[in-house]
Amino acid sequence: MKAWDAIVIGGGHNGLVNACYLQRAGLDVLVVEKNDWVGGAATSRELTPGFLYSNCSYVCSLFRPEIMRDLELPRFGLQVISYEGGAVFTRDGDYLANYRDHDAHRREFARFSKRDAEAYDRYSRDVTRQCRFIQPLLMRTAPDPTSLKPRDLGELLYLGKKFADLSSEEMALTLRFWTMSISEFLDEYFETDVIKANFALSGIIGTALGPMSPGTAYVLLHHYMGEVDGSVGAWGYARGGMGAITKALAASFKASGGTIRTGAEVDHVLVHGGKAKGVVLAGGEEVYGKLVVSNADVKRTFLKLVEEKELPDIFLRRVKNFKIRGSSGKVNIALDSLPEFPALPKDSPVYRGDMHFTDSIERMERAYDDWKAGRWSADPFLDMVIPTTLDPTMAPPGKHFMSCFVQYAPPRIAGREWTDADRDGFAESVIAQIAEYSPGFRDRIVHMEVRTPREIEAEVGLTEGNIFQGELTFDQLLFNRPVPGYAQYRSPLSGLYMCGSSTHPGGGVMGAPGRNAAAEILRDLAKSTSHMSPAHDVI
Amino acid sequence: MTSQLDNAARTLAQSHFRTLRLGTPFQPRIDALAKTQDWYNWAGYRAPHSLWDEELEYFAIRSQAALFDISPMTKYRIEGQDAEAFLDRVTLRDVTKLRSGRVQYTAWCDDEGFVLDDGTLFRLSPTRFRLCSQERHLPWLLDSALGFDVIVEEETEAVAGLAMQGPTSFAVLRDAGFAGVEKLKIFDLAEFPHDGGTIVISRTGFTGDLGYELFVLADKALSLWDRLMTAGELRGVRAIGYNALNRARLEAGLIVANADFTTAEHAIRTDRLRMPDEIGLGFMIDPEKGHFNGRRAILEARAKRKLRHVLVGLEIEGNIPAEHAIVYHKKSQEVGLVSAAMWSPMAKRNIAIASLARPYGDTMVEDLWVEIYAMRELQYQKLMKRAKVMARPFIKLDRRTANPPADF
Repeated sequence: MKAWDAIVIGGGHNGLVNACYLQRAGLDVLVVEKNDWVGGAATSRELTPGFLYSNCSYVCSLFRPEIMRDLELPRFGLQVISYEGGAVFTRDGDYLANYRDHDAHRREFARFSKRDAEAYDRYSRDVTRQCRFIQPLLMRTAPDPTSLKPRDLGELLYLGKKFADLSSEEMALTLRFWTMSISEFLDEYFETDVIKANFALSGIIGTALGPMSPGTAYVLLHHYMGEVDGSVGAWGYARGGMGAITKALAASFKASGGTIRTGAEVDHVLVHGGKAKGVVLAGGEEVYGKLVVSNADVKRTFLKLVEEKELPDIFLRRVKNFKIRGSSGKVNIALDSLPEFPALPKDSPVYRGDMHFTDSIERMERAYDDWKAGRWSADPFLDMVIPTTLDPTMAPPGKHFMSCFVQYAPPRIAGREWTDADRDGFAESVIAQIAEYSPGFRDRIVHMEVRTPREIEAEVGLTEGNIFQGELTFDQLLFNRPVPGYAQYRSPLSGLYMCGSSTHPGGGVMGAPGRNAAAEILRDLAKSTSHMSPAHDVI
Repeated sequence: MTSQLDNAARTLAQSHFRTLRLGTPFQPRIDALAKTQDWYNWAGYRAPHSLWDEELEYFAIRSQAALFDISPMTKYRIEGQDAEAFLDRVTLRDVTKLRSGRVQYTAWCDDEGFVLDDGTLFRLSPTRFRLCSQERHLPWLLDSALGFDVIVEEETEAVAGLAMQGPTSFAVLRDAGFAGVEKLKIFDLAEFPHDGGTIVISRTGFTGDLGYELFVLADKALSLWDRLMTAGELRGVRAIGYNALNRARLEAGLIVANADFTTAEHAIRTDRLRMPDEIGLGFMIDPEKGHFNGRRAILEARAKRKLRHVLVGLEIEGNIPAEHAIVYHKKSQEVGLVSAAMWSPMAKRNIAIASLARPYGDTMVEDLWVEIYAMRELQYQKLMKRAKVMARPFIKLDRRTANPPADF
């Protein structure tokens, strides 16, 4: 029976990135995907005729340009379009916009506080400095600090030197950044509630922490270190929805000779003598591979796909304790016309950016309080975009697709499973909030898809629906991601690798985990990585 | 000391997004003269690079009188019982020695002694000052003001400014009826009646020439412009754009923030930070006065010889401007960068301002070269030219400081 050189479990973006690099290195690679489509959490789905939904992830910034280039994704249809900023609506009928133009941005902030308007440059400088420190680490395997291997020592030295090169002021800021709450961090720069709320949202998106929880300042950084074509911190829409990324990856993979099997759910990894030998599909079919790479999160991989007895105790315990908490949901809406927001001038560019309704950190924290009590937030935090204002491919002319990322949504409701009634109640909290700022909004709705952590886990396979495959807190980053001793994409089982966002450098449709894992696999196979571009210089 | 604005004013201001580049209060007059339509973005304002002919505009500065709109410059009103003590604490120079009716060219630093900006400090009364600068500093000023009885208010939009520079500038002001303007010595200021209100005229400028700066409330700006243009018609007054001014300032050896050095709140790369001694502003530091921001770090850097850079004037052989050229020692070792360069019509030399890594430019000034890439018809002519460190200003005009000022 055929034994593939590598089997990748899961056709999410990291699985596909990994598969592409391995295939291009000359391996014969099979991707097995449980759904009838590829994409994982980076998909575009036509759930109602004429409308494409980016039904999980919805905006793009972190996906590494080196990967787009290496895998020729533009040739396979990938375009990323920068968008125009956004706004936070305030309860008094106004809004605070983010404009791309530096001076418009300042004047907008000055509407609320002249002081905060002039504080932005220093804030931006400090965040940029931190991003520049982190960025070069994304496309490198994190060193194992307990290892004495020359390579690990070299990488540790690199990390140490980068840190030592910081001025004492920067070093202090770096440590604070990695441990502070976003709320406290912002207090050092700004005085106005809505301006702080405007920046704080990047610190909580996708995480089961509130803006006052330590560690959220780093989450903000994670959202700033991306780019759109060299414009660092910018976010864009993938033309055709986020599925355009995985569609291009799949096409690139197939063009280089790779094979994808959809509708092929893995039941478990085939292990023999402590070594991964392939996978067993849900129907019982055995597929053999010389090595297996899991794009699934670390909990799903080791608690569901591998038998416990095959794994060391400590590893297993750490995997069980890995924080991968459901905190968010998604409401995807097809609209028969562009919603109006009376607070916004009709010609405002904000329509083409991200919109929010939570105008104070306190409201965000209150929303988080609901999560702690096991309820969805009565007054949720929304990250809302209408990509069809810039992308003509996702809805018929004049009609629109709206994506609402919603926080907070607990993995379980007061200790029990989500029900359909809960899901409807959750959706209503979202629609009610939008309708408050957009009269007539309900009448424009053609179709709606509501995804609580229950639906996201069931369809995409993300444990608890956590979008990052694990919290981005400092205890779960770098050489501690996913667990100490296994941060280099290998697992306790020989021949079984990890390539999902549970691994360094984490989630956000970055592709770096898939790429870095491929580099480690090829190193183990003593194969060339010359087809992998090194990370772009940060100068 | 809140800077929160009220609701109605806030809503009214929403529409700014439709005009990304504002006009200044003088814009109607400038637009009417803008034959080249050559604009640039100065701090969010639509400002002219040139209006009709950049070279002739330069000669207007040096031969007649040139009118340049400085309204986009950032301005702060600093007022209160403790205003003097506050400014003495935050700026480098001794403000207790700045008399009412005088102007200081000064700079200010963060706690690490790195320059936040340079600018001009106008003492309008014993308790009232105006600080003008390139960049914005409101949070820093407000934070520094804690414990001082002082009000800090940003007044960039409220106050318009004009620079009137050149040999006939005094005569134009006198003919315009500003009685007593002849009494102004260099760095003096005084109030003068205008259009039912008052304006402030100072004998200051950015050209190294005889010249004045005029500050007026925005609603009286156009009448001031007209008054000067009418009075100056027979004395050759012309409006100019930035390129001409930039030439004049380089001849005067003056530096521009974020052109010749990077200001501390904008330097992403920490090795770009500069202490005053590293950008030629060491003369401002007064170790004898009381504590000021950055004092400890600056004095320590001096004592421990930790100053790593020096800003110098260069004379470069030949006549090809060396803009942004790399400076070498012995034609091989890279030691610095030219930040501004031109052929000086007044000095008849090829001049430049450069930042060098010490000891080059400081104790080692021999055997310096610049590599000029001159693009000529799609080919770089690469030139290696000798550079000589030269004291600034590159030109010294007696008429700048003559008392009383001459008619031309």
